[in-house]
Amino acid sequence: MKIGILYSRIRQDEKLLLNELRDRDHEIEKIDVRKHQFGLDGTTADVDDLDIVVDRCLSTSRSLYATRFIDHYGVPVVNSPETADVCADKAKNSLALDAAGVPTPDTKLAFTVDSAMDAIESFGYPCVLKPVVGSWGRLMAKIDSESAAEAILEHKKVLGHYEHKVFYVQEFVDKPGRDIRVLATDGEPVAAMTRSSDHWLTNAAKGGDTAGFELDDTALDLVEKASDAVGGGLLGVDLMEVGGEESGEYTVHEINHTVEFKALNGCVDVDVPGTVVDWLETKANEATPEATQ
Amino acid sequence: MSEADCPECGAGVDLHDDVEVGEILDCGTCGAELEVLAAEPPELDTAPELEEDWGE
Repeated sequence: MKIGILYSRIRQDEKLLLNELRDRDHEIEKIDVRKHQFGLDGTTADVDDLDIVVDRCLSTSRSLYATRFIDHYGVPVVNSPETADVCADKAKNSLALDAAGVPTPDTKLAFTVDSAMDAIESFGYPCVLKPVVGSWGRLMAKIDSESAAEAILEHKKVLGHYEHKVFYVQEFVDKPGRDIRVLATDGEPVAAMTRSSDHWLTNAAKGGDTAGFELDDTALDLVEKASDAVGGGLLGVDLMEVGGEESGEYTVHEINHTVEFKALNGCVDVDVPGTVVDWLETKANEATPEATQ
Repeated sequence: MSEADCPECGAGVDLHDDVEVGEILDCGTCGAELEVLAAEPPELDTAPELEEDWGE
């Protein structure tokens, strides 16, 4: 197949993918989105004869628009712009999970400091304040007291971007020092790992320790439902255990649409990039039956 | 293995044979994050600063 990769930075994750694709003799069109324009009738990027495009943009805004335009040209793109749109925004993510009946942390959105303060007080302390768009644990606040809440809200009020005036307040889930990251393709897990830390943020990007994790039937079901809730695709589904380790009860707090997998690949026996490329080949063939393997 | 000059400090930076355009390298001398602009011949520039919407 001929596959396009939307990117602006080649991380280890993209390198793993590129190496696997080259090992299978696929043709690759690397598309640095910083160098192209995307018009209504076409793009300066060479996309016309691609069987599929995979979005690996590091920047959420570029990911959202580039996939939307690629889709507009009739070129198959994963993940879809619709999936990206829901996953990129924590509020939309929460709504999609709740609508699908997937347990997710209780969340309130507020648009002013006063109403955000009311939302925080309704949850009690600690609770969590997150940016609606953001990743790697950046600008996440665990709020332990009224005075901390007042200070954080005041800081957010004066930050530049309007999204900081959208206050996403969430219950604090007392997870057992770890959460679970599942890499899934259309709801089918590729592999899963725990991310552990003494810090309340356990993201691998924050230095959390990783270890392979075996999903039970409940988790498998939740991953499938969560993936369906956002339109499927290559996703990172994040779960927390409620009620302690191996309680068998979970809440899904986030789904990532340009998921990183280098940490996962390093801690499980599964060939993660190989399985992802298997899936990409299947998607390309579904979209373009003449795509060669 | 090829080598290019660090645009920050001028020291030589080794590039592996499988280096990718768009990859980020660290200069071993000054620690600057460098983006690979071209692999053959190798060309480096200072990597973009982290932006707020970066992530997964």
